[in-house]
Amino acid sequence: MAFADHPKHEILRPVRGSLIVISLMVTLLLNLMPLKGIALALWPDFVALAILYWCISQPQRVGISVAFGMGLLMDFGDASTFGQHALAYSIMAFVALLFHRRLSNFELLKQAPQIGLILLLGQFVILLTGLLDGSHFPGWNFFLASVTGTLLWPFFSSLLRIPQKPRFESDAR
Amino acid sequence: MTETNPRFFRHGPSLLARLVFFVMLSLVLMAADARFKYLLEIRQAFSTVIYPLQKLANVPGTIYDGVSEFFFSGHLADENIHLKQQHLVDRGQLQQLGALEAENAQLRKLLEATQRVESKAVMAEILHVPRDPFNRKVMLDKGSQSGVQPGQVVVDDIGVVGQITREYPWASEVTLITDKDHSVPVQVVRNGLRSVISGTGKDAMLELRYLAVNTDIQEGDSLVTSGIDGVYPPGLPVAVVSKIERNSTYVFARVTCTPVAGVGHNRQLLILSTLTPVTEIPAEAFELKPESRKREKGGVR
Repeated sequence: MAFADHPKHEILRPVRGSLIVISLMVTLLLNLMPLKGIALALWPDFVALAILYWCISQPQRVGISVAFGMGLLMDFGDASTFGQHALAYSIMAFVALLFHRRLSNFELLKQAPQIGLILLLGQFVILLTGLLDGSHFPGWNFFLASVTGTLLWPFFSSLLRIPQKPRFESDAR
Repeated sequence: MTETNPRFFRHGPSLLARLVFFVMLSLVLMAADARFKYLLEIRQAFSTVIYPLQKLANVPGTIYDGVSEFFFSGHLADENIHLKQQHLVDRGQLQQLGALEAENAQLRKLLEATQRVESKAVMAEILHVPRDPFNRKVMLDKGSQSGVQPGQVVVDDIGVVGQITREYPWASEVTLITDKDHSVPVQVVRNGLRSVISGTGKDAMLELRYLAVNTDIQEGDSLVTSGIDGVYPPGLPVAVVSKIERNSTYVFARVTCTPVAGVGHNRQLLILSTLTPVTEIPAEAFELKPESRKREKGGVR
């Protein structure tokens, strides 16, 4: 059978708009945490993870425009050049939307490395804009955030799936 | 990829068109922000959206501080003794300072020189340290509602930290002296040599550029603000010379310095609220050199 090892998909309930908005706001909050030193270097870009998750699972509702808007908020929060994160998030959302059918066929653990590549692409765009603005190369540990983001992806997306799980009590009635 | 979609399910412009539109938009925004500084109003609008989130993000840190203070208050007695001793020492120095200030005012009056304005200070807390590795900036929790203006100087208890570059209603952005675009006019305490110290974009590293190889400067020399720019009040400690490379094949020596103030160590900073009075530059000076006026306008970065 060709479909024998195909992952069995749970049928999830439709996503409420409020869940998308709340998740984006909470991830923005996580990105704005006042951190220092090694924690800051390892802290993944939660907003990027949330945008990628919604672009893959809800491509009709979250697209490049939402990614752009979140990027502008992130630019303000980071006090960086306006449009830097917006550009990176737009490109990441584009890649995620382009491959969302392929990506949603994989299990979360197998999705993680592919998400990692998209995160790396986004960081590379940020690095490029930074270098064009005349900054120095910030060192290789700049890319550590992508690695931790990749490792965190399975937990992160299963956390976002909890509110979408079907409720069996309501079926019994 | 998008061509495989049935025609009647498509919404709006294609994915690629949307990407191109948003990429162009962000490139335009970046150019407008980095080159022309047009976007202050938009930034202020965004600040009202993000300020509550920044405040909320600080809550765990504040709770942790409060809790650790509550449980580990055993060392308070020690701290109290230490602070009392420190207070005594400071009082002694303050008395001397009072006498010196009076004498200085007297002498300045005799010389008919401009009085140095006593600077008032606004205490502010660091709201947020951005995770962007490309610029050295911090956000403070006091903004234009507390009278903060761009160009004001930010210090901690040891020395200069940076300068306010953007102000929002309840927050302000400080560019640290280590930012690659920031320079401070300084003076060597030992011999009064004036120069300009520039940030390198790296943590805890400053640079004195364009000092000739045979300049009289030594490792361990402390640098204070010279005050000739009219922005930084004179006499604030800035940095200590940490390393000098004199290579006679180059025209200039490589002088690396370490800033004395540490932003990583404390959450509270002082915003000096009075700017030092700038001596009037006669109008002819501008007419002779039109480019110097331009430089003046774009000076605060």
